[in-house]
Amino acid sequence: MKQGKYLNSASRFSLITLALLLSFSSIVFAQEATADEGAAESETTAAAQGGDAAAGKALFNANCAACHKLYSRATGPELYNVTERRDRDWLYRWIKNNKELRDSGDPEAIAIYEEYNQTAMNLFPQLTNADIDDILAYTDTPKPEPKAPVNAGGGAQGGGGGVSSTIILAILAVVLVMLVAVLFLVNNTLRKFAVAQGVELPVKESRKPIWKAFVENQFLVLVCVIVLLLGGAYFAYGWMMQVGVDQGYQPIQPIHYSHRIHAGDNQIECKYCHSSARTSKTSGIPSLNVCMNCHKSISEVADQTSEFSSVTEDYSKEFYDKEIQKLYKATGWDPATQSYSGETQAVEWVRIHKLPDFAYFNHSQHVSVAGVQCQTCHGPVEEMEIMYQNAPLTMGWCINCHRETDVKMDGNPYYEKIHEELSKKYGVEQLTAAQMGGLECGKCHY
Amino acid sequence: MRNSIQILGSLVMLVLLASCQDKDYRNYQYMPNMYEEVSYETYGNYDVFPNGMEAMLPAEGSVSRGWMPYGYEDSTEGYEAAKANLKNPVPYTEDNLNEGKALYTIYCAICHGDKGDGKGTLAKREKILGVPAYNDQGRAITEGSIYHVTYYGLNTMGSYASQTTEKELWLINHYVLDLKDALDGKPKRAFENADSSETVTTDEAVEEHQMTEEAQTEE
Repeated sequence: MKQGKYLNSASRFSLITLALLLSFSSIVFAQEATADEGAAESETTAAAQGGDAAAGKALFNANCAACHKLYSRATGPELYNVTERRDRDWLYRWIKNNKELRDSGDPEAIAIYEEYNQTAMNLFPQLTNADIDDILAYTDTPKPEPKAPVNAGGGAQGGGGGVSSTIILAILAVVLVMLVAVLFLVNNTLRKFAVAQGVELPVKESRKPIWKAFVENQFLVLVCVIVLLLGGAYFAYGWMMQVGVDQGYQPIQPIHYSHRIHAGDNQIECKYCHSSARTSKTSGIPSLNVCMNCHKSISEVADQTSEFSSVTEDYSKEFYDKEIQKLYKATGWDPATQSYSGETQAVEWVRIHKLPDFAYFNHSQHVSVAGVQCQTCHGPVEEMEIMYQNAPLTMGWCINCHRETDVKMDGNPYYEKIHEELSKKYGVEQLTAAQMGGLECGKCHY
Repeated sequence: MRNSIQILGSLVMLVLLASCQDKDYRNYQYMPNMYEEVSYETYGNYDVFPNGMEAMLPAEGSVSRGWMPYGYEDSTEGYEAAKANLKNPVPYTEDNLNEGKALYTIYCAICHGDKGDGKGTLAKREKILGVPAYNDQGRAITEGSIYHVTYYGLNTMGSYASQTTEKELWLINHYVLDLKDALDGKPKRAFENADSSETVTTDEAVEEHQMTEEAQTEE
């Protein structure tokens, strides 16, 4: 019976691997199929309108996409099927020089100018009629159908692939436990057989209990006590030294902000958002207007299947999209009408790096003057999905860096004289922060 | 029996010790005498302030020392006026250009690209689309229009006045025009001589300039 169960789990295992293999192959198939469809679609539209939709897409992304989207309103109106709504000659004139068209008193042109809060569209004199045909061919591309069924199937099977490693581990554990049980049972039955057959099993001699032997060996007891005392002291000291150190502190933030996506994948410069690190003592958390610089036009993260995916297995696209919606709620931005409602709610971020109030730390003199890399103190932030404290921020850690780091003297007229005098005093060419007086109490604690 | 109770007890102790420091919470502190601020901390959250925010807005219309309000309003007319009339008060020197380049790399290159051709990382990854090159004919940027757009933002682009100072915007301005010249294939501008004969420091020049702008628009 036990053997039967073992067989069963083995067959299940092979079934799962089969499913896994199948799932991979089906995903590949699905992608090929959709790609073919898309190509076919664009070809048919291009043929119908006399414009090249592929070339139009490039032109659209370079010139128009700053203000227009195909299927939803942005700064300007959505452009899908604009050729059905407007006359083609009117479109040529409007796109090339909409100001001229408005000045000529065209009622249609003035109406649309008024509808969009008198935001003037840019002029595109460099576009030829053929270019515009291409762009218009692209705007006629119907919205790609959501690949929901394919994705859902792929997702579920992919999920199975993700879970399968734990399943395999569990199966292995079960198999091990069964093996132990089987061995135990075999041993037992063999003993029973031996007793029944009258075979004498070797009987172990009873020896002196080990604890008695241990107590009698005075030297061993002494050594053990010393080892225990030393070990105890080691752990007690280690425990006391970590009191008040927040290394690894990783609280849950109100919005799941990912430094990995922003600073890692997209390579946004650290000081883009934390701009006050250049000039101020406090390198502040960016205000929400900095978020909206980009997220005015980025309301969703990339698809999971895309080449530039930011989505991981742990966090889905839906999860990230919901986090961006939290930002819109906080700023009062309505992506449908592309306007601010005026109802704002500050985001209460949780501060991670915190020095006690009696220590003075100034970001700008470390970042701008000394040119210390952000990662030196804050760790590999561009790889952190969730921010945590990388350095211990203890006094010993500060002092250590001041002892080892040379002060950046070149191109800084403030240091010219000081360098000359101090390097003579210490007999060195480069001065560390410690030699400049960077270990004095008053420098940080006043 | 007693033995197993001891083992169990020591296990519980170990677990308790291990759970003393949880990464979701700050570690405990020993006698935190001067750890917490008595004064208000930057960006702190305190009940006395409206909305709990320590960072309150200054009174509208107030002018702090060393700063002058920008004279052109945030509208199409203001944009056209700035494009035509606004001039860069910061001298075009090599140091200033290098500073402008450093700032450009931080704040602008992510979309506009290192060469100003609209092919920054975000544009390449198709996160933000439609970033024009600086020599785009329909836009025909001037130093006034660059300043106006970086100060207020325009349509999809946001304002950068909160991340940079006025002088830094002008430094970036120099570098943007430099990139535009490079894209157009024009030769590089000759550096101005920033000698001390003028005795006006750059900051003062910015201030003075903006005061005159203010006066002009009031007229």
